[in-house]
Formats: sequence, C-alpha cells, structure tokens
Amino acid sequence: MSSISDVQIDHDDHHHAPPKGLMRWVLTTNHKDIGSMYLWFSFAMFLTGGAMAMVIRAELFQPGLQFVEPNFFNQMTTVHGLIMVFGAVMPAFTGLANWLIPMMIGAPDMALPRMNNWSFWILPFAFAILLASLFMEGGGPNFGWTFYAPLSTTYAPDSVALFVFSVHIMGISSIMGAINVIVTIMNMRAPGMTYMKLPLFVWTWLITAFLLIAVMPVLAGVVTMVLTDKFFGTSFFDAAGGGDPVLFQHIFWFFGHPEVYIMILPSFGIISAIVPAFSRKKLFGYASMVYATASIAGLSFIVWAHHMFTTGMPVQAELFFMYCTMLISVPTGVKVFNWVATMWRGAISFETPMLFALAFIVLFTIGGFSGLMLAITPVDFQYHDTYFVVAHFHYVLVSGAIFSIMAACYFWLPKWTGKMYDEGLAKLHFWCSLISVNVLFFPMHFLGLGGMPRRIPDYALQFADVNAIVSLGGFAFGLSQLIFLAVVIKCIRSGEPATAKPWEGAEGLEWDLLPAKAPYHSFSTPPEVK
Amino acid sequence: MTRCIQLLLLLASSPAAFAEGGMSYNLRPGVTAISQQVYGLHMTIFYICCAIGVVVFGAMFWAIIHHRKSKGAKPASFHESTKVEIVWTVIPFLILIGMAIPATKTLLAMEDPSNADLTVQVTGSQWKWHYKYFDYELEYYSLLASDQDEITGKRAKRENYLLEVDRPLVLPVGKKVRFLMTSEDVIHSWWVPDFAVKKDANPGFINEAWTIIDEPGIYRGQCAELCGKDHGFMPVVVIAKEQDEFDQWIAEQQQAYQQAKQEEQALLAMTMDEAELMSVGEQVYDKHCAACHQANGEGLPGVFPALKDSPIALGDVDAHIDIIVNGKAGTAMQAFGKQLTLKEIAAVTTYERNAWGNDTGDLVQAKDVAALKGQE
Repeated sequence: MSSISDVQIDHDDHHHAPPKGLMRWVLTTNHKDIGSMYLWFSFAMFLTGGAMAMVIRAELFQPGLQFVEPNFFNQMTTVHGLIMVFGAVMPAFTGLANWLIPMMIGAPDMALPRMNNWSFWILPFAFAILLASLFMEGGGPNFGWTFYAPLSTTYAPDSVALFVFSVHIMGISSIMGAINVIVTIMNMRAPGMTYMKLPLFVWTWLITAFLLIAVMPVLAGVVTMVLTDKFFGTSFFDAAGGGDPVLFQHIFWFFGHPEVYIMILPSFGIISAIVPAFSRKKLFGYASMVYATASIAGLSFIVWAHHMFTTGMPVQAELFFMYCTMLISVPTGVKVFNWVATMWRGAISFETPMLFALAFIVLFTIGGFSGLMLAITPVDFQYHDTYFVVAHFHYVLVSGAIFSIMAACYFWLPKWTGKMYDEGLAKLHFWCSLISVNVLFFPMHFLGLGGMPRRIPDYALQFADVNAIVSLGGFAFGLSQLIFLAVVIKCIRSGEPATAKPWEGAEGLEWDLLPAKAPYHSFSTPPEVK
Repeated sequence: MTRCIQLLLLLASSPAAFAEGGMSYNLRPGVTAISQQVYGLHMTIFYICCAIGVVVFGAMFWAIIHHRKSKGAKPASFHESTKVEIVWTVIPFLILIGMAIPATKTLLAMEDPSNADLTVQVTGSQWKWHYKYFDYELEYYSLLASDQDEITGKRAKRENYLLEVDRPLVLPVGKKVRFLMTSEDVIHSWWVPDFAVKKDANPGFINEAWTIIDEPGIYRGQCAELCGKDHGFMPVVVIAKEQDEFDQWIAEQQQAYQQAKQEEQALLAMTMDEAELMSVGEQVYDKHCAACHQANGEGLPGVFPALKDSPIALGDVDAHIDIIVNGKAGTAMQAFGKQLTLKEIAAVTTYERNAWGNDTGDLVQAKDVAALKGQE
C-alpha cells in the first residue's frame, strides 16, 4: 500500500469495470452478476423440466403406450418435479433476491458475497448429478419427487445415491442463500429503512429465508435416512426392522409443506410491488400484508399431514390438520382482498408486468379454492392422488409462482439492462401463456374428479378426449415460453433505452435513486431513507 | 381468465351438462350413504368457492374496467382501514366454521368401522390386489385383465380398458363390509370412487376402512399411490350382489376351491409333456412374470434382472423353483407359492429354463414343486 490516492485508484478500477471473460462469472462476488446467473440457470432448468413435461404430455396424448416405457415415464414425472421445484422456481427467487434486495434496502451488495458465489456455483453440479443419474443402468429416480419409502429405498434403482447427493447439494445452496438474505436484511439496511418501511418483496423473502433454514435440514435428514435404508442396512422406513414407511411421509411433508410456501411467499412480495405501481396508488394494508405473510409461514409448520389423509391417521389428527389447513385461507384471503383494494379507485394501466400480476391474482386464487376443497378431509379422500391435485398445485406453482417470476422479470428488466423490452412481443407472450396455461391445467380438474389417478403412463378410454386437450395446451404453453426468451434477448441486444423510472407509479430506492441501468455497484454510500 | 370463470359457472349450474362420452366431469355421487354425503360436501364447498370468486373477481374486474387510466381515472389516496381488514378476516373465518361443521360430521362417520358384518383383507403387491374373506375360506388374487397387445396398440382396446380384472372382489349389498388394508412391498392405495373409499395399503401395517353398498352393480377404481413401474396397471373391480346371489357365489367359489385342490393332488401322479409345459408356462409367464422380467426374458437392466442366460435359470433346478415359490427378501421378487398352482409353477419353471435360448432341456413336474414345498 503506497499511498492513499493509489489505493483509491485501485479501488475504483477494480469496482467500476467488471473483469472480462468466463472468469468474471466464475469468480464474481457481485450480487447483480450472481442474480443474473441464478436467473439464467433457472430459465435453463425451466426449459429442461419443461421438455420432460412435454414427454409426459406426449405419452398421455392418447391412451396406450406410444413413446416411452412406464419406468422411463416415472423418471420423467420425478425429475420434472425435482427440476421445477429445486431448479426453476427456487433459484429464480434467489436470483431475484440477489438482484433486488440490496437495491431495495440501499445496500452495496449482499452481506456475504463469497458465500453467495459458492451457493450459486454448487447448483449446476447438483443438477448435473441429478440429470446424469438418468443415464445410469436402471435409470434415474423413478419414485416421484416426493420419493415415498420403501419405493425409494428397497425397491429403488441404485441411482438413488446420486439423487440423495444432488438433493444435499441443492439444500446446502438454499441454506447458504437464505443465510445471506437474512444477514443482508438485518444488517445492511440504509439509515432510516426501518422494518416497517421495507418493500414487501424484502419482507416476504426475509420470512421465506427463515422457512428455508428451518426445513432444508429436515429434507437433508430424510434423504440421508433413505440413503442408509437403501445401502447401509438401517430400517427407518421398513416395518420388518421396526421402522415405519409412514414416518417417511411425516418427515418429508414437515419439510414439504413449508417448502410450498417458500415457493409462493416471494411471489406475494412481487405482486405487492407491481399492483400498486400500475394502479398508481399505494398498497392497501401494508402492515396486514406483513402479518398475513408471517401467519402463513407460522401455520405452514402445523399443516403437513394434510398431504397424508389417506395414510390411516387417527381421526383426531385428521381433524386437527383439516382445521389448521382451512385456517391458512384466512391470511391468504387477506392478501387477495388487499390487492383488489389496492386496484380499487386506482388509475390502472396494463403493461405486461401488470397483466401477469392480474393473471396471478385470479389463477392463484383458483388454486387457492381447490386448495381449500382439498383441505376438507372427507372430500380429500376422493381428490387425493388424482389429477385434481395435479391441477391444484400447477395452478399455484405455474400460474402462481412462475407467472409472478415472469411479472418480476418484465417489471425490473429495464432496471437490470437499462433498456425497454418489446411491449408487443411481451404481450404476445402473456396472452399465449395465459390461454395455454388454462387449456393445460383447467381440464385436469375434470380428469381428477372423473377418477383419473396421477402419475400413470396410460389411462382408461373415457379420459382420452380431455387428455388430448390438456396435451395440446401443454405443447402450446411450452412453445410460448420461447417467446419470453426472445423478448429478453431482444431487450438486452437492441432494446430502446429506458428511463430511470419507466413505470409511472413505481416506488422504491431502485427506481427513485438509481439511473436507468443500475450500475455495477450501487449504493456504495448508503442513501438516507426518510 | 373469464373463460375459466365461465367454465366454473357452467359447471356449477349443471354438473350433468358435461357428462357425455362416458367420463364424468364432476365427482360421482356414488352408491353409498357416505359417498353421497361426500358428494354433497364437495358441491357445497364448490358453490361457496364460486360465490367468493364471483364477489372477489367481480370487484377486481369492476376496478379493471372502470378504474383504468385510459378512461381518465384519478387514483384515490386511501391505503388502509383497520375496520375493513377486520371485516375481511372475520367473514372468511365464519365461512370456514360453516364448512368445518358438516365436514367433521362426515369424517367422524367415515372413520367408524365398528360392527362390521363382513371383513375382507385387501393386500396390495406390485402390481395386483389380493382379497381374503375372513368369514369364509376364500382368498384370491385379482390381476389386470387388459392384455399387453391392447396396451401397445396391437389390438383394439376394449370398453373397460385398464379398468378390468380377471377376478373382481364380490361383496353383498346392504351389509357393512370392513376392509383391512396392507401391502407386501411398497405403498399402494385401494380406491373405489363410487364408495368414497381410498385408503393406503402400507407394508407392515394394517389400515381400516368400511362401506355399505346400496345398489348391486360393477364398480371400478384404481391404485392411487405411485407403486412403481406398473402403478397405472393395477385396477380395482368390485361386483356388488344381492345377499342370496352373494351366498350362492361364495358356495360356488368354495366348491371350485376344493375341486382345484383335489385336482392338484391328482396331478402329482401325472407327468406333463414338454409341449404342454411350455405352452402353459408361457401363459403364466406373460401374466405374472413379464411385467418385470419382460416377455423376452431380458429384464430391465439395473431394475429387474434378466432370466435369459441367467445363473438361476441355467443353474440348479431346486434353487430356481425355490426362488419362484418363496421369492427373494429385500428385492421386488415376490413369493409365488401362494399365487400359482403347482402345475403353473412347474410349467413356468420349465418355460424359463427352455425359452429364449436357455435350452437346458430340464422338464419340471408338479410333483417336483410339491416335493420342494413339502420340505419346508
């Protein structure tokens, strides 16, 4: 260190121009770079998992076995689920958190930038291992993404070891990401940015991060128990050795139900940013939104067994889990009412982010209604493990979580790139997605009510017509997502220059204080929040 | 969006409007008092959801149409109201209580299997059901009756494709039947929509369920829990008969059961020739073994072992019979000793030792199987 001025120059050089080439991305500790990598990785996984869904829908286009063997079909349903949950939705939210949380709270970066790099870069290896297992003798995981024992232990292919290893890596990545989010939000808020001034996206992510830290270790535990049952002679889930296969389901869903909210709470934050922006009116009931999010997170720990009503629980337990599950609809309802009240007497305009947000509210609510129906234990006996359930969770995850991610991408793309996307093309993407997603998932309700079980490669003749429609919707939805890719690439390469605040009603530090394209380093000096 | 709502409303107004071409687009009311209660509950909650949807989406679309900037709307400035928040927290809560009361009543009724007139043990295994009547000396396996050619499209699919079995469960109407569910391998789930009975069959544990069927008829269902490769190919078929017809059926079955036992004894003294053993063996193999070991005997590498050129099929005959009769613990290989007759085991062993170029020339007779079973 020669002199103060030298240090200053080095410092500036290092910070204002990111290094070029591949090593920039490998070594980066910049939250914007890491956010972009998470988002691109998530999109690649979305297309990979989507391709598997196309295989499933092609096989189900007609009754009979046409394209794939049942064992491969089961691998497709399993890996489709794992990739979409752990590879598409969760990394997309982490990517958004990386990009947005520091800008929203006035921080220069995430609190733990090297861990941030590490938590992203282990993900590609996790998914490489998972995908590689498909090429092993005996095939990859074929026991459903819920991997119920003993189908995933005694009766599983040897590749289950790879599956377990890859889930461990995904879990470590998620936990590190969550720690980073919590530490950043708690320690790096700009002066004056009190908790009750945080944008809701930050609030929902803070709560999500606590859920992640609470339940990812449970997932790690249960996959380890599967591993030792399969390869090391333990009997956690084998009655012959004193274990219990239903124990598996209790542990899995103790992780699995909070996991469901991990995939939807950040969406609530996104919608709570977009709806006020395009209604040109402040979010209705900010405080109640925060409390509703926290209540949903709290309740998520005491409803897990509603996934297991048919496993033969005592009737008292069934009643408890039914009542708790029904309760969740109260805070969730509050959120929907608040969004509608935000729009009420606003001055609404309908740019693409708003269109996706509106579709989210309606379609997520439809998913919520079917969720309420599923909560009613006696009727759940009829719905359970049918296409009604498949319709339900795709409404909340695709037209819910994924639509909110799309909305977020369109909303913040100008801030990320400094350019505007092509509104016409984006609207085409929206309308194609909206129509096809409903052709794809709405008729699944009827299939389920009509008696078609889920996870079957072939079905009775009565289900043929509806399945053909569903498959056509599926292909259309899959193709529509290529329009999204085109919009993003076109925006990056040749978009019109954006202004610092392209959305009239948008609020927040990122719109008010940063230039059109957020600089590589923002808020090196914390802003004063009034 | 509007399309969905229209569909929802259409469905709400007339569930039957959709019912054409054999598929019901709504839950079926079914043929038991419980299933009808469940149906009623389903429709009630569905209508409540529709009503909430109309109110919420109605307000939303009103705002979308009337409060749009292009119409010159000026934004209001209100953004909170504790009174309103309390109202839309309390009202949903009251609606939920209204739903929970009938749901609790129905659930308590469903979970009371006491005072049954008849008990049937239902055992799932990959990929078939086994029924055992506790009150009669009768038990049998129930397998998919649709054949491989229908599945692969070599032959036209029959009307009840994938929903037909070789031996359905037969039950009397008007009697309380208790089911005891269990499994021999992975978790299965026994489901008949018309009874509103779906209960998991867990290996090593026994679950209870019950039904009282009101009307005679044929009722079809399927395994509902993913149970491996052929999860989609293990249907449930129940035939409900009037009591006197049921009694007659039981008598016939028991007589047939005795007759089969006697024939089996007589068979021990006979020897079958190679042609007969091979042709019976092939039929048995295709029905019971090909799902895993494949029709060409090559198995699925890494999942199910091949029999072609395998040490079992080419090695010691007794060891081969033993694994068929007793299965192999800790693997998917089931014990077929109770599923197949002595003659069938003899034939299928012979077939496996001589098909696909396994030409050992060994012929296995029923008495060889009986001798091995007798040693145990």
